[in-house]
Amino acid sequence: MGFLDTLLGRTKPVPPNLDALFALPSAAITLQAAADFRPTGTGSVCFRAAEGRAFADIEHDVRDLLAMDSEAKSAVRLSKDSYGYTWLVCTRSPDEIESLVTDLHAVNSSLEAGGFGPLLLCTLVAFTDAAGRRLGLVYLYKRGTFYPFAPQTGERRDNALELQVRGALGDDLKIEPDLGRWFPVWGAPGL
Amino acid sequence: MAQTRYATDKGLIARMGATMFLLGLVFVAFVVVLVEVLLRFSNVGNSGIIVIAVLLGGGMAFASYYWSDKIALRTAGARLVGPTDSEQAARLHAVVDRLCALANMPKPRVAIAPTYMPNAFATGRSSKVAVLCATTGLLDKLDNEELEGVLAHEMSHVAHKDVAVMTIASFLGIISALLVRFAFYSELFGGGGGRGRGRSANNNGNALPVILIVMLVGMVTYAISFLLIRLLSRYRELSADRSGALLTGRPSKLASALVKVTGEMARIPVKDLRAAEPLNAFYFAPAFSKSMGRSLSAMFSTHPSLEKRLAELDKISKQLSR
Repeated sequence: MGFLDTLLGRTKPVPPNLDALFALPSAAITLQAAADFRPTGTGSVCFRAAEGRAFADIEHDVRDLLAMDSEAKSAVRLSKDSYGYTWLVCTRSPDEIESLVTDLHAVNSSLEAGGFGPLLLCTLVAFTDAAGRRLGLVYLYKRGTFYPFAPQTGERRDNALELQVRGALGDDLKIEPDLGRWFPVWGAPGL
Repeated sequence: MAQTRYATDKGLIARMGATMFLLGLVFVAFVVVLVEVLLRFSNVGNSGIIVIAVLLGGGMAFASYYWSDKIALRTAGARLVGPTDSEQAARLHAVVDRLCALANMPKPRVAIAPTYMPNAFATGRSSKVAVLCATTGLLDKLDNEELEGVLAHEMSHVAHKDVAVMTIASFLGIISALLVRFAFYSELFGGGGGRGRGRSANNNGNALPVILIVMLVGMVTYAISFLLIRLLSRYRELSADRSGALLTGRPSKLASALVKVTGEMARIPVKDLRAAEPLNAFYFAPAFSKSMGRSLSAMFSTHPSLEKRLAELDKISKQLSR
């Protein structure tokens, strides 16, 4: 925020950074090679639904778009969490990560075109390994960075695995350098 | 398109700018008058109290700025909590986490005050050392989205650096209040006591008017700056409401939280008075002075009235659904 904005008490909503999402497919390959984690085929976009007609219309359009576009190859599901955020969960077959990322990007650009870009919170793509450990790569729109999130049973996270993934993906993705911003998303749909 | 949906409130910004300009003007006038008085009656040697007032006032302002977080936490009896300390703390942390990710702000420390009164505050001189505090009453009474609205409002205070702005704004008020007091004491003790110089100056007919002028200037400055600071504070609250509502996209959730919180606050004293209900007719003044009292109390209060805040939030809600 600039000096004048601070002085006059106005905040500009932070616009999202969308294009970094397309680095995900190559990161998925690296992740499989380095840590044997494969995509589950599920990805979700989390956003804050604004009140009012305008947002409801856009949300509706996005669902129509995704449902029509992919001819029953992908399933789109909408769910709300207890914090009032909306999760749009897209499911594809596990080897179609490029299409999954395209789907997720379509959601982002629709919201942004409608003027609601600042309400995007994060995108999450789910991975799993042979032992059944779960891992989410979370993309923070406002930072333009990724971080790993590995939930365990109960509200605990596997920090060792997360740090291992950070090491593995450092060249493919821009990993959030500030560990204080690796916010947990407990119970995220699709993870 | 994003431009129009998140339009800034030009009227609010203009009024806030004008208030700050007036405060600055009062400050300049204050300094000019003081210097003028001192130059004209330089033989009096009263400049000492002005230097002391400025130093002490500056010290007080700096202390309240630098330790704002600790002072506020101590006064509220709050303690810092981690995300795993309790269920309430986990919920508070989860809401704050999401807000920080939405607003791209570093996460403030989080505290809980064990009070039934639903309230929240944020302090700290910068967003790095900011503390966000909610009372247990607030956590009990609000649902997640209302809580988020309130916390978004408080985080806007952090983003707008309101602690710094209000400290600088109230600096003038502190100094002029100190000056009035010092001038009063120096007249009582310095003028009458062992200082022969003060006495002789008094005999010249100089010291008394100078002290009086300094006191008068201090009082007038204090009165004007007090009103302006309160006005500024109300504008800062409105803009925090605005930024918070735009951040969450749910102005009406903040509105309902406001109604709940202020309703709860207003109801607390009423409980005691209920037995005395029939007597109320004698206590409360008729409608005419009630409205006058209301506008007067509106001038002195740090927060805008509930009606005003709800009306502003309605505007944002309309803007968002356009």
